[in-house]
Formats: sequence, structure tokens, C-alpha cells
Amino acid sequence: MNAPPASTPPRKLRVATVSLAGCFGCHMSLLDIDERLFDLVERIEFDRSPLTDIKTVGEVEQCDIGLVEGGLCNAENVEVLRAFRARCTVLVAVGACAITGGLPALRNHLDVGDILQSVYGRVPDDPELPLPLNRVLPIHEVVHIDHALPGCPPPADAFWQLLQDLMAGRTPVPAPGLIRYD
Amino acid sequence: MSGVDPTFDLDGQPVALQPGDTILTAAARAGLDIPHLCWSEEVSGSASCRLCTVLADGRPVAACVTPAVAGQKVDCRTASLATQRLRLLQMLFVEGNHFCPGCEKSGNCVLQVQAERAGMTDLNFEVLNPERPVDASHPDVLFEPNRCILCQLCVRASDEIDGKRVFAIGGHGIATRLLIDSPSGRLGDSALSVDDRSAHICPVGALLPKRVGFAVPIGQRRFDTEDTRG
Amino acid sequence: MGDAADIMSEAARAAADAVLDRWQRDPHALVQVLRETQAIMHWLSRPLLAHIAAALGLTRAQVEGVAGFYRFFHTRPVGRTRLLFSDNITDRMLGSEALLAQLCARLGVAPGEVDAQGRFSVDRCSCTGLCDQGPALLVNHHQVITRLDATRVDALANLLLADTPVEQWPAAWFTVVDGVQRADVLLSGLAADAPTLPAVLAQSPQALLDEVAQSGLRGRGGAGFPTARKWQACRDAAGDLRVVVCNADEGEPGTFKDRVLLAFHADAVFDGMTVAARAVGAQQGFLYLRGEYRYLLPQLEGVLARRRAQGLLGRDACGVAGFGFDIAIHLGAGAYVCGEESALIESLEGKRGTPRIRPPFPVQAGYLGRPTVVNNVETFCAVAHIARRGGAWWAGIGTAQSTGTKIHSVSGDCARPGLYEYPLGTPIAQILDDCGARDVQAVQVGGPSGTCVPAADFGHTIAFEDVPSAGAFMVFDRTRDLFEVARHFARFFAHESCGLCTPCRVGTELVVRRLDKLAHARGAGSASAFDIERLHDLDTVLHSGTHCGLGASACNPLRDTMRHFGAAYAQRATAPQFQPDVDLDAELSAARRVTGRTDAGAHLHTDTPA
Ligand SMILES: Cc1cc2nc3c(=O)[nH]c(=O)nc-3n(C[C@H](O)[C@H](O)[C@H](O)COP(=O)(O)O)c2cc1C
Ligand code: SF4
Ligand code: SF4
Ligand code: SF4
Ligand code: FES
Ligand code: FES
Repeated sequence: MNAPPASTPPRKLRVATVSLAGCFGCHMSLLDIDERLFDLVERIEFDRSPLTDIKTVGEVEQCDIGLVEGGLCNAENVEVLRAFRARCTVLVAVGACAITGGLPALRNHLDVGDILQSVYGRVPDDPELPLPLNRVLPIHEVVHIDHALPGCPPPADAFWQLLQDLMAGRTPVPAPGLIRYD
Repeated sequence: MSGVDPTFDLDGQPVALQPGDTILTAAARAGLDIPHLCWSEEVSGSASCRLCTVLADGRPVAACVTPAVAGQKVDCRTASLATQRLRLLQMLFVEGNHFCPGCEKSGNCVLQVQAERAGMTDLNFEVLNPERPVDASHPDVLFEPNRCILCQLCVRASDEIDGKRVFAIGGHGIATRLLIDSPSGRLGDSALSVDDRSAHICPVGALLPKRVGFAVPIGQRRFDTEDTRG
Repeated sequence: MGDAADIMSEAARAAADAVLDRWQRDPHALVQVLRETQAIMHWLSRPLLAHIAAALGLTRAQVEGVAGFYRFFHTRPVGRTRLLFSDNITDRMLGSEALLAQLCARLGVAPGEVDAQGRFSVDRCSCTGLCDQGPALLVNHHQVITRLDATRVDALANLLLADTPVEQWPAAWFTVVDGVQRADVLLSGLAADAPTLPAVLAQSPQALLDEVAQSGLRGRGGAGFPTARKWQACRDAAGDLRVVVCNADEGEPGTFKDRVLLAFHADAVFDGMTVAARAVGAQQGFLYLRGEYRYLLPQLEGVLARRRAQGLLGRDACGVAGFGFDIAIHLGAGAYVCGEESALIESLEGKRGTPRIRPPFPVQAGYLGRPTVVNNVETFCAVAHIARRGGAWWAGIGTAQSTGTKIHSVSGDCARPGLYEYPLGTPIAQILDDCGARDVQAVQVGGPSGTCVPAADFGHTIAFEDVPSAGAFMVFDRTRDLFEVARHFARFFAHESCGLCTPCRVGTELVVRRLDKLAHARGAGSASAFDIERLHDLDTVLHSGTHCGLGASACNPLRDTMRHFGAAYAQRATAPQFQPDVDLDAELSAARRVTGRTDAGAHLHTDTPA
């Protein structure tokens, strides 16, 4: 109930990011916030992310925010997404692919078994390889999503606004002009 | 003239009305935009998209086809109607296959800009993944049925403007689809010419004249100047 | 027969031409032309549709659009004998699904499939209006078989396998009984000494109208619009030609009163139409008979022929100089939405049954733009009585706001299903008592688009000011799962959506998918509060602006059952987390097929663990 003493720096928010069936375009766009990155690293700490070496999400501690780029094209994507959902308090679908399935979902009207066979002839059956799903799925069909950042990729400003809102404890509402789908 | 024009109230503002006005046309004349998708002043209305739903004295009606009535109280910009518009747009997105980054219409698309204005960030519903083959048989016009929102603008333009009846609506329920009048059912065998109005009236990227592709770059398109596409 | 899809046989052309000639190549008769041509050719191939289009001056896409709209038109090969199992919830409660499975097993076909030799095909259809004598099925969109049981289905399979023509099937199977359990004025029929129609029509049109106004009669088709007001509006509308239409589409599942009125009181119905015609000044009358009631057609045509011979129809009808009026029968072809009056008019004009934009209302511009009155069968029947006994007499029955009697089609869990006619204002509890219903959990009053009334509300009455009804009364006892009832109705609405407007076209499908998820028929095999929230969401969208009443009422069963039987939903949504909308393990099937892998990594848990 007591407000913390004003001098205590606020706890850094723990943020995990991942690219599932995406192109890393969204991650590049996040980096496009440019000099604001300095501001950002003062206030957040990265968990699992292409920007760190952490391999498992939320292993050290529960994350505050998970940013998921890309849809689901194989079994491994599903497992990773579930781990993100379990270990991130707020989960955000980032980019057209996470939200709709995106470009990879253009394969959805083809039989993935037939595709594998025509590509490989004899399809590799190594248990280490994740099996592809019949259809590329948007992530909201598999886990609950708290927020979404549309765009291919979402504008850097949209990332910035989302993170600022979340850091301030506000419900993110993208400003007009920051919602676009291409 | 007999003095003051009759008016109705739209979101608290008086709107003058003239004989024959619908709620939408009267509002438009007054510079007030009621979001709409399937309506065009060029052809008769189909009232199919329901994006223009407003509350006329509390009753939901399609503003594009409902006559304006003097003294009526009409609401458009309410929270619940904003949610209704959002849901309708999400329904249209999941019904078809709308991947804007790969769509030539992006930036010129009425569905897209309406969704952006409605603040749509996600699909909310499960995607229905329709299986509708693309028809590229026509030399000058492409038909991508997975983006068709069944607005009927092409149907009506072909009939009412071009005098050709190239298009019709087929099926029912979720299997409703656009039919093309030709022996093969494909556009290439139809009477459609790229000079027809119906080849250009599609509000989305379902009927697209070929070879104009990305002639207008992204960033300089119809809706790119508006505030929703900063 | 199926391989000839792209060429039209001489026989097909000849069949179509004969039908086209009979209808004078009138494009407005398209639905009738398609129906009659299909009755000969079994199905409608593209070349056949193109031929019909050319003959009627329509485009082939228009004709294909119409053929593809009506559920009873086949644009792909079907069996020479086509069976459609009535798929109302009451048929299911009587075991229709097991019988369908039994028949399909005997015949070696799946529902929707055609026998390899082209002999037969079996499928389901919406309610056939035989709920009090089900399970029922439709043969060739023409005859009906009632009271199906395992023995009947077995014998049916033998006949089908032997390719025995329908004419040689046991006549007893086709028996349809009137099922009247409680008759009041309408079901008792006109008194033998009632004034004749010519005597009635001796009054002035305004006097006829005033009598109906005084009766306080409101439409029996669902909306409850005051009949006299509708007639007056039609009479006052500009135009030389006017039309009176009797709405016998009776598509609301669980409703079968109009069938009985047409079968046993057709003269009263036609009397009512003739009174309406005189009152509004109409020359043309239509009976729009649902395709499921095709078997009534010869009998009804017979009644009309007799009435013409008696001078009740035709020039100077009923001896009234200058009053020319005749009635034609048009058949529907399996589309519930065609019961909506403006969709019905579109269908009468030979088009897809898409509800029109209103205004203009049918009374202003209906059939071919002419001012048109559309009334329900029971409404016209009531008019026949009111015109003879006076408006005051009718107004003395029922309640102040709901005058007269109402016929209820009672089916479901009760000892004595059938027709019950009561004065309006009769408590639901009394009807339940009279039909011998025990241990009742809920009644669906007025069909799926009506109201689901839980036991706590059985003290309510059926009346416009209390629980209104279009005539269905389906009883569910404590053994029934109201969630499954609602899911069944959701499928009905999705199947019957005309597809015009976004909320109904897409929304009804999304409701079905979400309910299937709760029923473990789709997705994770479990559901959570997130799914319930989505259902509430969809309910709101469909109740907030659709083009017609079908979409507006499509979520009524969902809304009512969620409100009154929330536990049936909650027990299906117990997962603490959101559960996938898709069966994830099944999504790996293609990859497993081509890799042959069976290891743990080749599978996914579809449930999200807690
Ligand atoms: C989806 C839908 C289906 C309908 N089906 C019927 C029907 O089968 N029979 C009927 O009389 N009215 C039906 N109606 C109501 C009609 O639109 C119309 O109100 C009625 O025929 C008018 O007759 P009445 O005033 O005598 O009731 C339906 C309405 C809707 C929206
Ligand atoms: S039609 Fe419009 S909404 Fe659909 S993909 Fe193209 S730009 Fe996007
Ligand atoms: S093709 Fe375009 S114009 Fe035609 S119905 Fe579809 S969305 Fe409308
Ligand atoms: S609500 Fe819309 S889609 Fe549904 S039947 Fe009516 S007009 Fe057709
Ligand atoms: S990966 Fe970012 S939009 Fe596709
Ligand atoms: S714009 Fe009015 S219904 Fe589409």
C-alpha cells in the first residue's frame, strides 16, 4: 500500500522476444527505434531473445512482456509459443505473420506432405527435426494474446509506443497512423 | 424556399436533409463521414457489409439505404457501434484471406483503411482459410476471390453501368461467392473489358486491372495521405 | 449418369423445353422451371442451366446463382432416388440420426454421397414440418415418409437396393395424419350454416377491412403486425395492380400448423385470401408453398380448380361485378429465409431468396413492384372466420392486446404431440399439462427464432404482450441437454443464412465453430472462459444490426440457453487457460504420413496444460 520511496529506481521490466515463422523483419523494426534504445535498456532487461544468449524463456524469472513475431509453421513453434505464454505476463503478437499467419500461410491450400515429398524425395525422419503443421496458424488460435501490433513490419514508433504504455502500466492503444497492415 | 431545411440529429449535430436522402448521403453532404464499404453513389445499394450501421431512434439500420427522417436522432460514433464496426471488419478479414503486405491493393483498399480507422490490431476470430482458386484467365483483369467481400459493387456496376451482367452472386451462407458469367465460369471467357466500370469499382484487391501493379508506390496511394497511414 | 456433366442430352433439352413452354418462358417463373425440370432430370447440369438461361433471357450466372441458392436444387449428380432425412432437433430426439446411419450402412453410402450405380443418395434437410409424426424423410422433394423406425428403414433399404420405383413402395409409409389434439374455432372449421363467401363479399371493401380492424387480428407468421393496418397501407398505395400472397413457407423448425390448415381447411385459407383481395383491390393471388409440402400440391390445385368452377375465383369472382381475382401456387425449394416476406417475393419473381432493402415495403412495392399483402396461412384462415362472424366476436376471444385463438404445433417430449388451439393468453403450463409433458426442463416457443422458456417461467402465457409465438412449441424434458439443442439450432441458422450480410453470413458460421469447440467436436477437446466470452461477443454482433430477421434471431437460442442453462456451458469450459481452436496433433498428420515418424516429437498435446 505504501508508495515506494521515490529514489528507488523502478524494477526493470523483463522482456522476451522470439521469431517463430517470421522473417526477423519485426525484430529489425524494433531496433529501428534508434537512439531510444538507450532509453529502453535503462528500463528493460531482455530474457530469451535473438538479442541475448538465453535459450529458454523465463527460466530465470517470469517475464513481464513477451513479443512474438511470426506464425506457427511447425511443432517446435507451438512448444515455444506455449512456453512464452506460460512465462510471460503480457503476450504481444507482433507483425502480420503472428496475427494472420502471413506470407508463410500462403502454403495453406497445399498438402504439406506432398510438398515435403516433392522437395525431398525421401523425407528426412530424424526425430530432432520439428514436424511442419498442415497449415500455418496465427498465434491467437493456440494461445491467448493480450495485445497485437499489426504491420509488416510494425513501425518502430508502434513498438516504442507499446513498450512505453506497458512500462507505464497503461493499456496500449496504438495512435492513429501506427496501425497499418503492410 | 419555405424557410429552414428539415434536419435530423447525427451524434448531436443537426444535419440538413433533402428529398431522397439516405442517412449516409445527407451526412456526407454535411461533411460527416459514416464508415461504409459496400456503398457507392454510382450504383444501387446492396446493404450487405453493414459497416454503416447506425442507431436511428435506437434501432440499428444501414445508413446507406435508410431514408433520413426529419427530427430523427441518429447515433454513429458510440462505443458500442465502434465495437460493432470492429467486429464486422474482423469477420470480413477472417472470412477471406487478407494478407496486406502481399496485396497490390494495399494503400488503396477501402477494407484496409476502414480497419485501420476502426483501430483493428488483431483478427479476434479464427481464420476460415477458404479454398478459392485465383482466376488469372483474363488478359487484363485478375480475380482473387479470397479477397472478395461480396459487396456486389462489381455486380451492380456491370449491370447498371456497363449493361453487361458479367457478375452474379452464387451459393448461400458462408459458401456465398461471386459468379462470373461465362461458359467456363472464368473471367477470361466473359464479356468483361478492362474499360468497363466494373473492372475498377472493387473496393478491395479482389478484381484488379493487370499490369498496373505497383505503378503507384506504397506511401503515395489513395489512403496514404490520411492520418491513419502516417 | 454423372459423366455426362458437360453435354446436355436430348432428353434434358426436351424436358426443359416442355417445362419452359408450360411457364410461357417467363423469367419470373425461374424457380418453378428449375424445380419441374429437376423433377424429371434429377439434377441440373451447367449446360442445362445455360439452356434455361438462354430461353428466359437471363445470363447463365444469374441462373447458376439461383440454382445454387436453393437447398433443393442439385447442381451435381445425385441418385435417381433422393432421400432427405428431416433434421429438426425433434427428429433427432426420436432417433433420426441412428436411422440415417442404419440406412447408410445398409446402402453402403455416406450421407451426401451418391451410390456408385447412381441409384440413390441420402442426406439431411431442415425440418420438414412432421415433428409430431417423425422421424420423417423426404423422397425426391416430393413425397414424405413419416414415423420411421428400424423396420421401416430396413425395408426401405431393400427397395432402394432393388431400384424399386417409389410408386411401388408401401402406401402406408406416406400417411400424414392431421394430429389435431385440441381444436378451437379455426381447427373446428367453418360452421355448416356459415354465410357463403359471395354473401360475405357483398359487403363493401371498406366494410371488410373495418371488420378485420375491429377484430384486432395480428399476423400469425411471427412479427404480429396488425393485419388491417397492413391491408389499409396496401389499399392506399399507388398503383393499378395489387397482389395478395399467402405465406405457406412454414420453415420455422417445429412448426406444422400451416400444413394441417392447408390439408384440411384449404377453403378457409383461400376464402381469407379472397376477402383480402377484395378489401385491398388485388387481382392476383399466390400461395407460396414450401417445397417440403410438395405432396399437398395436387390436392390444393384441385381445390382451386373447384373454386374456379364454383365462380369463387376468376372474372367477377363470387358474383361481385368487376372483381377479378385468381390464385396461383408457387413452390419453394428448400430455403427457410424465403419465409421472410420480401425474400419470398424475390423467390416468386424467380430470383435468389435474398431479403429486400426496405423501404419500400411490400405493401408499397412488392411482387413486380405492385403493392402486395403477404400474410400467414393461419392469418388468412382467421380472416375467413372473422369475415363471417364479425370482428367483435374475434376480439372477444383471447386478451385485449392478443385477440383470438392461436394454433400451437406441439412436439418433443410429451405423450400427445400434435396441434393444440387455444385462445391467446393461455399459460404455457396448461399446454404442457394438456399434451402430457412430464418433468419438463424447457420449451422452445416459436421455434429457434423464438424464445427458450425455462421451467420457472411456465406460468407465462402465449400472447404478443407476454411470450409471443409463431406456432412452434418444442418440449424438452430433464434428460435433454439444452446446450446441444442450442448447437443444433445454430447449425440450422448457419445452413439457412442467405449470405447477403456480413454479420449473419460470417457470424452464424463462427457461432457454430465455437459451439463445436465447446462440444469437443473441434479444436482442443476442451474449452475455457475465453470461448464463452467469444460467444457473448458474437451474440452481441448478431443482435446489433443484420439485414433481416434471420440473422437477428440466429443467436436467440444461444442467448436464452446461456442465460437459463449457463451450467451446460460452464461445464464444457472448465479449462483454466485458453485452449487451441485447432486440433494441433491432427495438424501434424501430413508430416507424420510422409516421415513415418511415431516418436514423441511427432505429436503435440492439443490441450494446453494447466
Ligand atoms: C427468416 C424469416 C422466416 C420467416 N418465415 C415465415 C414463415 O415461414 N411463414 C410466415 O408466415 N411468416 C414467416 N416470416 C414472417 C414474414 O416475414 C411475414 O412477417 C409474415 O408472413 C406476415 O404475415 P402475418 O402478418 O400474417 O404474420 C418469416 C420471417 C423471417 C425473418
Ligand atoms: S484486399 Fe485490402 S484488406 Fe485485403 S489483403 Fe488486400 S489490401 Fe489487405
Ligand atoms: S469482386 Fe470486389 S467488387 Fe465484386 S463483390 Fe467482390 S469485393 Fe465486391
Ligand atoms: S440476416 Fe443477412 S445474411 Fe442472414 S438471412 Fe438475413 S439478409 Fe441474409
Ligand atoms: S515477420 Fe514481421 S511481419 Fe512477418
Ligand atoms: S455501406 Fe451500408 S451496408 Fe455496406
